[in-house]
Amino acid sequence: MNDMTPSREQREAALEGMGCKRKRVEDIRFTQGKGKYVDDIKMPGMLHGDFVRSPYAHAKVTKIDATEALKIPGVIAVLTAEDLKGVNLAWMPTLAGDVQMVLADGKVLYQNQEVAFVVAEDRYIADDAIQLIEVEYEELPVLVDPFKSMDPDAPVLRPDLEGKMEGAHGPRKHHNHIFNWSVGDEDATDKAFAEAEVTVKEMISYHRTHPSPLETCQCLASMDKVNGELTLYGTFQAPHVIRTVASLLSTIPEHKIHVIAPDVGGGFGNKVGAYPGYICSIVASIVTGQPVKWVEDRMENLSTTSFARDYHMTTEIAAKKDGTVTGLKVHVLGDHGGFDACADPSKWPAGFFNIVTGSYDFPVAHLSVDGVYTNKAPGGVAYRCSFRVTEAAYCIERGMDVLAQKLGMDPADLRLKNFIKAEQFPYNSALGWEYDSGDYHTAMHKAMDAIDYRGLREEQKAKQEAFKRGETREIMGIGVCFFTEIVGAGPSKNCDILGVAMFDSAEIRIHPTGSVISRMGSKSQGQGHETTWAQIIATEIGIPAADIMVEEGDTDTAPYGLGTYGSRSTPVAGAAIALAARKIRAKAQMIAAHMLEVSEFDLEWDIDGFQVKGNPEARKSMKEIAWAAYNAPPPGIEPGLEAVSYYDPPNMTYPFGAYFCVMDIDVDTGVAKTRRFYALDDCGTRINPMIIEGQVHGGLTEAFAIAMGQEISYDEMGNVMGASFMDFFLPTAVETPHWETDHTVTPSPHHPIGAKGVGESPNVGGVPAFSNAVNDAFGFLGSTHIQMPHDAWRVWQVAKNLGAHG
Amino acid sequence: MIPGEFIYHRPSSVAEAVSLLVSHGDEARPLAGGHSLIPMMKLRMAAPEHLIDLSGVADLKGMQEVGDTIVIGAMTTQHELVNSDLLIAKLPIIRETSLMIADPQIRYMGTIGGNVANGDPGNDLPGLMQCLNAVYVLAGPDGEREVAARDFYEAAYFTALAPEELVTAVKIPTPPAGHGFAYEKLKRKVGDYATAAAAVLVTMSGDTVSSCSVALTNVADTPLYAAQASEILNGSTLDADTVTRAVAAAEAITMPAADGRGPAEYRTKMAGVMLERALARAAERAKG
Amino acid sequence: MSEIEQIPVTMTVNGKKVQRFVEPRTLLIHFLREDLNLTGPHIGCETSHCGACTVDMNGMSVKSCTLFAAQANNAELTTIEGMANADGTLSALQEGFRQMHGLQCGFCTPGMITRAHTLLQENPDPTEEEIRFGIAGNLCRCTGYQNIVKAIQYAAAKLNGRDYQEAAE
Repeated sequence: MNDMTPSREQREAALEGMGCKRKRVEDIRFTQGKGKYVDDIKMPGMLHGDFVRSPYAHAKVTKIDATEALKIPGVIAVLTAEDLKGVNLAWMPTLAGDVQMVLADGKVLYQNQEVAFVVAEDRYIADDAIQLIEVEYEELPVLVDPFKSMDPDAPVLRPDLEGKMEGAHGPRKHHNHIFNWSVGDEDATDKAFAEAEVTVKEMISYHRTHPSPLETCQCLASMDKVNGELTLYGTFQAPHVIRTVASLLSTIPEHKIHVIAPDVGGGFGNKVGAYPGYICSIVASIVTGQPVKWVEDRMENLSTTSFARDYHMTTEIAAKKDGTVTGLKVHVLGDHGGFDACADPSKWPAGFFNIVTGSYDFPVAHLSVDGVYTNKAPGGVAYRCSFRVTEAAYCIERGMDVLAQKLGMDPADLRLKNFIKAEQFPYNSALGWEYDSGDYHTAMHKAMDAIDYRGLREEQKAKQEAFKRGETREIMGIGVCFFTEIVGAGPSKNCDILGVAMFDSAEIRIHPTGSVISRMGSKSQGQGHETTWAQIIATEIGIPAADIMVEEGDTDTAPYGLGTYGSRSTPVAGAAIALAARKIRAKAQMIAAHMLEVSEFDLEWDIDGFQVKGNPEARKSMKEIAWAAYNAPPPGIEPGLEAVSYYDPPNMTYPFGAYFCVMDIDVDTGVAKTRRFYALDDCGTRINPMIIEGQVHGGLTEAFAIAMGQEISYDEMGNVMGASFMDFFLPTAVETPHWETDHTVTPSPHHPIGAKGVGESPNVGGVPAFSNAVNDAFGFLGSTHIQMPHDAWRVWQVAKNLGAHG
Repeated sequence: MIPGEFIYHRPSSVAEAVSLLVSHGDEARPLAGGHSLIPMMKLRMAAPEHLIDLSGVADLKGMQEVGDTIVIGAMTTQHELVNSDLLIAKLPIIRETSLMIADPQIRYMGTIGGNVANGDPGNDLPGLMQCLNAVYVLAGPDGEREVAARDFYEAAYFTALAPEELVTAVKIPTPPAGHGFAYEKLKRKVGDYATAAAAVLVTMSGDTVSSCSVALTNVADTPLYAAQASEILNGSTLDADTVTRAVAAAEAITMPAADGRGPAEYRTKMAGVMLERALARAAERAKG
Repeated sequence: MSEIEQIPVTMTVNGKKVQRFVEPRTLLIHFLREDLNLTGPHIGCETSHCGACTVDMNGMSVKSCTLFAAQANNAELTTIEGMANADGTLSALQEGFRQMHGLQCGFCTPGMITRAHTLLQENPDPTEEEIRFGIAGNLCRCTGYQNIVKAIQYAAAKLNGRDYQEAAE
C-alpha cells in the first residue's frame, strides 16, 4: 500500500456509521426555512376547511342553519352529519374498537366537538362563515368526574350503545363503561397480601395532558375525479395506516390513494390517529372536486385532537419488613372521554400498562383496568411514550417511594433490594412480559455515584433540621426513579392496529456508482431518521452515510410500515434496515468473490468492502462491487443490488434508566426549583449519541412540564380550561432546567444491532423523578402522596395543609 | 383564528386620531402594540369596524424630564423603556418591571400607553403607575385632561378613558435620588400574567421610612394602590411587626379571581409574599 | 361583507422591495406565507406565545401572527429565508444550530434563529442566562433548549472571531 491509501481508521471514520455523532442532514433545509410542512403546500384551486364547534360539553343538536353563511361570496359548502351519512362517514371507527362521530350526529359529547365543516375559498372567509352558522343546542347533564361515571343515575352519554352490553374488549357493566381488562393471578396476589408483613395503598392519579407538538394536526386532500385517485398530504406519524383506513372508509382502492407525510413538526403521539378534520377534508374534496386544506388552530388542538393520560391508579404493594416486595395489586380507572379513541394496538385496551411491575422482581401481581366515558375530548394517546407505559412507570415508581417511606427505608436502597438481577434476564414478569436484557444494579450504582446520592441525603437531612428550627423557608427533595420501558411494538403474535400487524420495513437500493437510496415505513417527526438510518446502512454495507439518501412518508414509494410512535422505529424499522443491508452484503460477497476469482468463503468483510482472508490487499470496495453488480454480475446472478426487508420483531425491547432530580421548594410560594437533574439511560446499542442526547433533553423537558403543571382540566360544566399556550404549561428556556445525561449499554439480544429505542425514556422516567422529588421534599412533614401536577399553588396548598406556614 | 373585517386608519397626529375616534364612536378602536387587541380580534371577542393605528403619530413617542416630572409618550415601547438611560438613572423600577412583561418580541411592540389604557388587570404597568403616583394625559375632542393612575381604573377593561379619548402620555413624578424600589412578580412562566405582583417605592432617612408607596397587580379586577399598607409603613423602621401589619392590610384589599394561577386564597397570600419580598429588596436598595 | 377596500402595502423583505394590495385584516404571517411564499416562518399558536412566526422588522423581533401586514408598511423585514450568508452558505447561527444539534423537528427553528439573530445584534456576546431570557418568547417542544443555547453561543463565538469549544454530546 502506498502512503495515500487511507488507514482503516480513516476508512471507518469516512463512513460516519453507527456510534458516530453525525450532524443531521435534515438541518441544512430546516435552518434555512426550507422544510416542507403540510401548511406550506399549495395546490391550484385549493379550498380551506374549518369547523363549527360546540360550546357545550353535552347537548342535543336540534338545528344547524347555514343559510346566512352560504350567502358569503367564497363560501363553497357547509357539511353536516346529514351530508356525511350519504357517504356513510358520519361516524368513523377508532383504533380502540369504538366508533366516533365525525360531525355531531344529533348530539355532542364534549366541548369544541366538531359540528359542521365549512369549505371556503380561503381561511379568512371560512372563519367569517363560521360566525354566521346558527346551531341550536339543548343542554344535557354533564359528566366530568370519571369516578361518578358509573353511578346508577349517571347521564347516558352514548345512546348509540344503549343495550349493547358487549364491547370491543368484553362485557360492559354500565352504560358509561367501556371495558374491563384484567391480567395476572388474582388469587395468588390476594394471598400474598393476606400474608404480607407490610402493605401500602395509595390512589395515584396521572392527570390529563396533551402532546401539543408545535405544528398542529393538518391535512390537504385532493380528489382527482377523472382518475379516481385521492392524494392526501397530512401530519401523519403513520402514513400507511392512514392510507389503509382511508381506503376502508372511502372504498377508494388502496393503490389509488397517495398518502404523503412531508416534514412533520413534532408528533409526540398526537399525529397517530385519524381525526374528523381528515375525513371532512377528503369528503369535501370529493364533493367539490377541488383540493381542501384543513389546519387546526392551537385551541382546537389542545381541546379536541387527542389527549394523554387521565389514569387513576389505586396501587397496593405487599412486602416483607426488610423491604422485599411480595405482591403488587393495581386498579386503574381510565377516563377515555366521549369516545374510546385510545391509540393502542387493537388488542390492548390499556396499552402495555401491565409493565407496571417495573424494574422489580414481584413474584405475583394483579392488574385490573376499567375504561369509562365522560364528557371530555376523546384520545388517550401515547404522549411520548409507549402505550400507557408512562402511566405504569409513574404508578410503580411512586408506589415504591410510598413503600419506602412506610418502611423507613431509603428509596434508592429499596429499589436496589428489589431489582431484577442481571442474571435473571430474559426475565418473565408476573404480568406476562419477557424482559429481554438489563443490568439495573450497575446502572443504579453508576447514577448514585455520579450525583453523590448519599451526600445529597446528608444535605437534605441538615436542611430539614434547619427548616424545623425556622432558619430557612426552603425544603429539599431528591426524586429517585428507576424505570423499565416496553417499546418496539410489536410482534405480530400480539400486536396489530385494526388487524394490520405491527411489522416495519426498509428498502435499500444501491446505484451503480455506489450511492444509495433507501426508504422506510417509519416516519420521522424530528427524530432525525434521514441521518441515523443512513448510519446503520453505512456500517452494515460500507458506503459513507453521506452517499445514502433516506426517504420516508410517501406511501407510493416507501414500503408498508406502521410508522413512528411508541419508540418503535429503532426496534422495528431499525432492525429491518440492518437486515435489508445484510441481504445486500450477502449478494455483494458473491459478486466480490467473482471479481477476485476466489470462493465466497475465502472473503472477509472489512469496513467498506470484502478482502481475501490473509491477503487484505486483494479487496473490492462496496463501490466497486456496486458497479459490477449492474454491469458485470457473476454468471447466473441477476443484475442489480437492492433489498427489501419486512421485520416482525420476536419480542419487545426494554430500555431502562436511572433518573435523579434534586429540587428546592420555597414553601411560602410553592415554587419548586430544579437544582439538578441527572438522567442515565440504557437504550442498548447507541446509533448516534448526539441525537440520543437531544432526545433525552427534549423528553425531560416534556416530563418537567407535565409533572410541574401541564394540564388539560375541565370545570363542572365540562368547559375545557386553559386550552392556549398562556395556560397550558410549555416551559420556555428560562424555566427549563439544565440536563445532565449519562448512559450504560446493555444491548438487546434479539435485535440485529442490539438497539432498544430511546425517544420516550426521558418522558417515562422523568415524570416520576420530578414527582418523587416534590413528594420526597414533603415526606418529613408527614405527607405520603401528593397528586400531580405540582404547580406552585398546589405545592403551596400542600405546605399549608402540612402546617408549614405556621 | 382570523379577525373580522375592519377599515384601517393610520393618522399622523393626535388631533386626527381623536377626530377618527369621534366620528366612529364605539365602532373604532385605537391600535398601539396590538398584543392585547389583536388576539381578541382573532378570537372575534373584539370586532372593531375601524382600527386606528397610532404608530404614525410622532407626538406619542419619546420621553423626557420636565422639571421634577418624567413624561413618557404613550407609544413608547416596553423595549424602549427597558433601554432608556433616563429611566435607568431616574426610575429604574420601570426597567425592572418592564423586563417582566411578556417576552422580548412582545416588548418590542407593546407600549406603555396600551398597557396602562386597556384596563387589563393582568398588565404590570398600571400597578406600577399607581405605586409611582403617575398621571395619564388624555386627549379628547375637548382637548387634554389629566387623570391620576390611582383614579383611572374602574373595573376590568373599564377605565376613566372615554371612547373618543386617547392616552397620549404618562407623567411620573421623579422620585428622590437614592430611593429604594422593587417589583416582585410571581408567574408560572415567562409570558404569563402575574399570579400576584407588588410594586414598592421607598425612601429612607436613616433606618426610618420617610415615604413609601405600595401597589399590587392582578389580584383584583383593577390594579390596587395599597394606601393603608403604604401608610402603615410610612415612618416605620420596617420592623417585623409593621411589615406584618402592612402585608395584612394589603392582603385585605385583594379580591383575586380563581384561575389557572391558583385559587383566590393563594393569590391573596402571594400578594402578601410579593409585597414582603419587594419591601425587603427596596429597603436594601434604599439603604445602599 | 368584503366591501372593504384593499390597501396598498410596500415593504422590503429580505432585501427585495415588494408591493401588494391586501385586505386590512391580513395578518403579516399570512401575507408572508401566502402572498410572498415565504413559508419559513410558521404558525404554532396564533396567540403570540410560541414565536414560530418570528421575523425581524426594522431590527426588532416581532411575532408576525399578531401583527397586520398593514402595520409593516414601509418596514424592512428579514425572515429565515434572508439569514444565510450572501454566498448562500449557512450563517454562523444556522451553522451553530446544526453543529450543536439545536433543532429536531425544525418547526420552531426559523423563528428561533431569526430571534437569535436580533439578540446577537443587540448583545453580541450574551451569557447563558441572557440567551435563555432572550429566547424566552420562542417555544421549542423537541430540544429542551440546552443545545439551542449552545448553538447561539457557538454563533456568538464565531462572530467574535473565537472558536467555540463546547461540543454537543
